[in-house]
Amino acid sequence: MGESVIQGFLLFSGAISILTTLGIVFVLGRESWLFFGSGQVDLREFLTTTVWQPAIDRFGILPLVNATFMTTTIAMLVAIPLGLSVAIYLSEYASARARSLLKPILEVLAGIPTVVYGYFALTFMTPLLRSIFGRDVVQIYNTASAGIVMGILILPLISSMSEDALSAVPRSLREASYALGATKLETAVQVVVPAALSGITAAFIVGISRAIGETMIVAIAAGAGPAFTFNPFKAAETMTGHIVRISGGDLSYDSIDYNSIFAIGLLLFFITLTLNVISRWFVQRFREVYE
Amino acid sequence: MSVSERPSALPVACTLPKDHLLKRHIAMRHRVGRIWYFLFLLSTIVGIIALTALLYNIVNQSFGLVAVQNTVEPETLTINGVPLEELTREQLVSILEQYVSKGVMRRLESEIPFAMRSRDNIYQLVQERVIRPEILMSWQLVDSVFHREEIAAFIVENYPSARLQFRAWLNPDFIRRPQSSVPALAGVRTAILGSLWVISITILVAFPLGLGAAIYLEEYASDNVVNRIIQTNINNLAGVPSIIYGILGLAVFVRALEPLTSGVIFGVNDPTTANGRTVLSASLTLALLVLPLLIINAQEAIRAVPRSLREGSYALGATKWETIWHHVLPSAMPGVLTGTILAISRAIGETAPLVVVGASTFVSLDPNGPFSKFTTLPVQIYQWTSRPQDQFRNLAGAAILVLLFLLLSLNAGAVLLRNRYSRRIQGIS
Amino acid sequence: MTIFTDTMANSSLSLPIMEPRDADCVIEARGVNVYYGDFRAVKDITIKIQRRKITAIIGPSGCGKSTLLRTFNRMNDLIPGSCVEGEVFFEGCNIYDRDVDPVEVRRRIGMVFQKPNPFPKSIYENVAWGARINGFRGDMDALVEQSLRQAALWDEVKDHLRASALTLSGGQQQRLCIARAIAIQPEVILMDEPASALDPIATLKIEDLMRELVRDYTIIIVTHNMQEAARVSDYTAFLMMDKDRAGMLVEYGPTDQVFTTPRDKRTEDYITGRFG
Ligand SMILES: Nc1ncnc2c1ncn2[C@@H]1O[C@H](COP(=O)(O)OP(=O)(O)OP(=O)(O)O)[C@@H](O)[C@H]1O
Ligand SMILES: [Mg+2]
Repeated sequence: MGESVIQGFLLFSGAISILTTLGIVFVLGRESWLFFGSGQVDLREFLTTTVWQPAIDRFGILPLVNATFMTTTIAMLVAIPLGLSVAIYLSEYASARARSLLKPILEVLAGIPTVVYGYFALTFMTPLLRSIFGRDVVQIYNTASAGIVMGILILPLISSMSEDALSAVPRSLREASYALGATKLETAVQVVVPAALSGITAAFIVGISRAIGETMIVAIAAGAGPAFTFNPFKAAETMTGHIVRISGGDLSYDSIDYNSIFAIGLLLFFITLTLNVISRWFVQRFREVYE
Repeated sequence: MSVSERPSALPVACTLPKDHLLKRHIAMRHRVGRIWYFLFLLSTIVGIIALTALLYNIVNQSFGLVAVQNTVEPETLTINGVPLEELTREQLVSILEQYVSKGVMRRLESEIPFAMRSRDNIYQLVQERVIRPEILMSWQLVDSVFHREEIAAFIVENYPSARLQFRAWLNPDFIRRPQSSVPALAGVRTAILGSLWVISITILVAFPLGLGAAIYLEEYASDNVVNRIIQTNINNLAGVPSIIYGILGLAVFVRALEPLTSGVIFGVNDPTTANGRTVLSASLTLALLVLPLLIINAQEAIRAVPRSLREGSYALGATKWETIWHHVLPSAMPGVLTGTILAISRAIGETAPLVVVGASTFVSLDPNGPFSKFTTLPVQIYQWTSRPQDQFRNLAGAAILVLLFLLLSLNAGAVLLRNRYSRRIQGIS
Repeated sequence: MTIFTDTMANSSLSLPIMEPRDADCVIEARGVNVYYGDFRAVKDITIKIQRRKITAIIGPSGCGKSTLLRTFNRMNDLIPGSCVEGEVFFEGCNIYDRDVDPVEVRRRIGMVFQKPNPFPKSIYENVAWGARINGFRGDMDALVEQSLRQAALWDEVKDHLRASALTLSGGQQQRLCIARAIAIQPEVILMDEPASALDPIATLKIEDLMRELVRDYTIIIVTHNMQEAARVSDYTAFLMMDKDRAGMLVEYGPTDQVFTTPRDKRTEDYITGRFG
């Protein structure tokens, strides 16, 4: 009898994850339904207009999406080249000793809470950008600073996933390349990287998904007000930043504000879920080739 | 294309560089290779520089000169030559009565009666309400060290009544004191206690569930559709942004389950926390957040246990559960514990979901149970960082040092624990 | 790129020539020892490889055949912890000299591995890549076709050159690897048991191919198959493990002589299958 109780508990534990997903979908769906059903917003306006001002009943999500797009793009411009370079260095060039020294450093970078990165963006990166580009060009809150620091945050994620993919490429391919008289660079860039491409792509996609969902850095450094701008030195609030700001205040249930964060959350959930699924598909494909 | 049937002469020969041309070609390729090698190395160095800059910046903000001005100098508050720090409770209360208006005294009394306040609390009140140290300006460490004279001259000129002193924002008082709206007196005790409460309950909930799910998936689940869905689902949940969990927690734990999370159904009826924005809600939210991480790590640890161990146990007639409990789990434990520590580290640093779930903006009373209002260290850092004044930045810097120290000791603890555990297992077998 | 039209033709090697060149000897190893960490895998081997001939290296498993073969194009450099003692002269210059570039050595001494290892690129790219990085200028299509024809693979793949090389069968992959190696027109081709994973028909194709190639190239082949060595090679080297498991050269000479009238008792035992 004891064993069946235990088995029941184990099954329940496994089922919790399903319940969590259902909970997320149900909660986001229900409140979003209320949001769109309130008569104040319709889906077309939500998805296509560029003013988000709940006070005057304007709910166009584009400024928030655009800011998320800006920070994510800047972050990836930093994280992808750096992360891939670090991965190539670690897997193809570094000696075992250098690797054992560098990998913990990257792990430390990856383990620092994001709120600390937010602080870093606001108190270090922003002043740095302002001293480089001029105080009248760069606003105190801006998407560039948040994006760059987010890139640093995501760098270890991309480099470690890419390095895993690169190291999984069999030795024999490198030998084949060297035996043709290839240099180390030609071997690394033209043989090993293409062979690991689907694994590396998966790393990039996970990085993008992470950047889109990242909250504290943008909440602290990107700006506290929706703005539709493509200028990276201007303040603009992202989807996640908006959710945090709105819910940080005293939010009354069933207000349109309260419902709106669920609608934004739903969009966020779908974007990141899709990216993660695509990324897993790439990883799967990579595994099929080499395992 | 006209290539003969059996080519033995080499029609396409001589188009590859030979001899000294070959050498020059290779030399050129090596040059390109060196440039790129340098770039790869540089990228790696950028990572190290980023980490250094981050730490430098935090330390730079957490120490430095400040210009302080007291409304009432503590020296004038000595009673019969006994300095302020050594006065008794009653003497401190009388000082308060002397300097603070009746209305404020009444309000303080109604918050918590003076009779119930500790001496420390009253001492804090004297500092906040009577001495009222005001930090007029603060400087960063590097400036403080290299431009001390200029700063001193500046103070003499602009704030003649202020005193210039070197301040370590991270100091024992900072750890001991509760939150305060006066930067000079603010501390992180409430935040640290809040973090500890939240994390403890998170682990209490998430560890058994995570381990249970891992055991289920690795040992019991057959390879059918349902179980594959569960597995895929867990992997996908691991990639859901943390703020989504915050939204889930807000709707489910704070709102729908309010009677439970505010403690009303347990008869806890604290009017100050009569909503669901409690330690418990935060913990449950974080538990859901770290669960996928815990499960995946525990699964790996269990999978690493060799088959032979299980077969040996079954051969002795043990049941499935006995085998798992006595053989599989003990040898998987080091891995499971490491995964758990990773999950705790992740949970300790989480900010966004807690803000959404409703960590309070200002808590000066220690949390005392699952149904308390709470704030946590990262939330406190977030709030201080969001304030425009420099002093709050300094406070945030000091709080970050505390948080990083906490994370560091946690990870060190994990390594120690794992080593001891694996030695004990080796000792048994 | 103008450097390839440079008229300052100077075909001699810029490296110091150690002694008068033996016109028939392409590679000469002198006193070669190879270590993996502390373990000596190959012991004091001295051998001269003849130009435009097939030299077979035979011997029991683990005696250091692959290791010896890899010293000829400095592939052992790539194995961490391995080290080579002694001298290996290629066209009269020691390839283990400090200022010799292994890239140039490998460019001129190609290699085919025991297990087929095509790149995960198209068939065409597999052949073209090596030539391209080595500065090939000219009709790439013609080069690819010629190399594939030489490797007796053209007819099988000519209609799907853009397909992934990984879709080929094991034997086809191995012939692709040979095509890839000859596309850069090396002076010597090293083959490490190229037919070990192949069926008899594919093996025969590769043997024919070697006889074809040896008109232009010098070939050194490692094999476990006595008949193969006897069939295709002109010279045979027999390696065996010493008491301390280090491989040493027991006998080396024209294949006919080694197989019919071996000078060493151990060679005879091995060839007739009485070994071990
Ligand atoms: N990378 C390596 N690291 C350490 N030892 C090695 C390595 N490669 C080979 N060896 C050792 O060197 C010895 C010779 O190996 P080698 O591969 O040259 O043998 P072989 O004659 O080619 O054998 P086979 O016929 O099985 O291919 C063996 O004892 C082997 O264990
Ligand atoms: Mg071998």
